[in-house]
Amino acid sequence: MSSIAINGGANRTAAFYESVVGKKAIMAATGFVLCGFVLGHMAGNMQVYQGPEKLNHYAELLQGLGGGLWAIRGVLLLCAGLHVMTAFQLWRLKNDARPQPYVKKATIATTYAARTMIWSGPIIGAFLIYHILHFTTGGTHPDFKAGDVYRNVVVGFRNPGASVFYIIANILLAIHLYHGVWSMFQSLGVNHPQYTPKLKLLAKGYAWVVGLGNCSIPLAVLTGVVGASVK
Amino acid sequence: MKIILNIWRQRNAKSAGKMARYEVADASEHMSFLEMLDVLNEELTRKGEDPVTFEHDCREGICGCCGFMIDGVPHGPQRGTTVCQLHMRHYKNGDELWLEPFRAKAFPVLKDLMVDRSAFDRVIASGGFISVNTGSAPDGNALPVVKKCSDMAMDAAACIGCGACVASCPNASASLFVSAKISHLGLLPQGQAERDRRAMRMVMKMTEEGFGYCTNAGECEAVCPKGIKIENIARMHRDYLKSAFTYREESQAGGAG
Repeated sequence: MSSIAINGGANRTAAFYESVVGKKAIMAATGFVLCGFVLGHMAGNMQVYQGPEKLNHYAELLQGLGGGLWAIRGVLLLCAGLHVMTAFQLWRLKNDARPQPYVKKATIATTYAARTMIWSGPIIGAFLIYHILHFTTGGTHPDFKAGDVYRNVVVGFRNPGASVFYIIANILLAIHLYHGVWSMFQSLGVNHPQYTPKLKLLAKGYAWVVGLGNCSIPLAVLTGVVGASVK
Repeated sequence: MKIILNIWRQRNAKSAGKMARYEVADASEHMSFLEMLDVLNEELTRKGEDPVTFEHDCREGICGCCGFMIDGVPHGPQRGTTVCQLHMRHYKNGDELWLEPFRAKAFPVLKDLMVDRSAFDRVIASGGFISVNTGSAPDGNALPVVKKCSDMAMDAAACIGCGACVASCPNASASLFVSAKISHLGLLPQGQAERDRRAMRMVMKMTEEGFGYCTNAGECEAVCPKGIKIENIARMHRDYLKSAFTYREESQAGGAG
C-alpha cells in the first residue's frame, strides 16, 4: 500500500488545504466571488453618469440593506482574506520549489498578466484599503460628507494624484482579471477544447469592461464631464 | 561552424556550481546537439579535463532521459522534440548558447547538467495499483473503451517523464507530469476502481516532494516534447476535488472491512 494514508474528518480538511491543488481551488473559488463583486461594483458606479440623485439613491438603497449589507461585506472580506492568505502561502511555496534560480530563463507562453499576478495582487490590495478609507469611511478624503456619494466622488477625483492612483490600480486590476477570470475555471477543473478558448475571450472582455468602466470615472471628473455642477 | 557554449559545471550534489565557457571549433550542421556535446567531451578528455555530464539514452526522443536548458528553454528552441532530436543545422557559425540543468528543489543537481528526477518515480509509486487480472491476455473487446477516452488516455500516456514541464514552470510545478499520469489511467475503464484514491495520493505526494503549484501559465504545455495539454491538469484538479469532497469511511457493516 501507499505510504500516504487518507484520513477522515478535520485531518482531511487540513490535508485538502495543504495540497497545492486544494490551495489553488481556494484561490479560484474566492477569486470567483471577488471578480463577481468588481463587475457589480463597476456596473453600479456607472450611475454616476446619470447624475447626483440617481447615484445617491443607489447608495441609500445599499445602505438600506442593513444587516444584509454587513453579511455581503462579511462574505467579501472572508473571500479577500482567504485569497490574500493563500496567495502569500503559494508565493512562499514558489520560492521554496526553486531555491536556485536560472542563470538564463526564457518565457515562451506565459502572458504578462500571468507573470505579474503576484505583483498586481498586493498593489490592488493596498489600493482597496485606500479606496475604503477614501469613499466609505472618508478618512483620506479632503471633504467627506456621509450620504452625498456623488459629491464625494467628484471632490475626491478632482485631486489628480488620487485619480492617477485609481487609474493605475484599475489597470492592474484589469490585468489581474485578464489572467484570473479564465484561470479560475482551469483551477476548478474546467477545461475543454470547446469552452476554454471562449473562457479566455470572456476573461479578456471582462478585463476590458471592468478596467475601462472604472478608469472612466476619475477621467470623467478630471475632464469635467461629470460633476460640473459641484462647487 | 564554431559554437560557443556556456555550460553549468558542478562537481557533485553538494558543491556549488558555476557557468564555464567552452568553444566547439568545428561542429557540423549534420550533428545532433548531443553529438556536438560528445565532440566537446572528447576534446575535454584529450586535454585531461573533466567531461561535461549530461543524461542520454535512446537518442530518438522516446526514453525521457535527456533534457537540459538551452538558452532558458528545456530541450531548446525546437517545439515538440527532446534535446537529442535537435540538430545543429538550426544554429549558425558563432552562436553563443547557455546550457543549464533543470532547476527545482525536487530535482537536485547530481553533476553538471544531470539532475535526480526520482521524485517522479515516487509520485508514480504513490498512485498505487490498478485492478487488472494478470495471466493470459484478455479477450478482445471484452471491456468496451470509448474511442475518445482511449485517444485522450493514449495522448496522456505519451508523457516520457523528462521533467521539462517542471523545468519550464515559473513555480517548478509538476502538475503537467502528474496530471498526465492521473489521466492516462483515469480515462480508461481499468483505472476506475482506484481513480479517486490515486488522484488524492499522487497530488499529496507531489506536494510533499516539494514541487510548486500550477498558475495556469501554460509554459509546460509549450515546451513538452510530447505535446501533453494542460487540459490534463484541469482533469487532475477535477479528480482531486471530487475525491476530496466525496470521501467516506469504508463500510464496517455486516462485518465488512
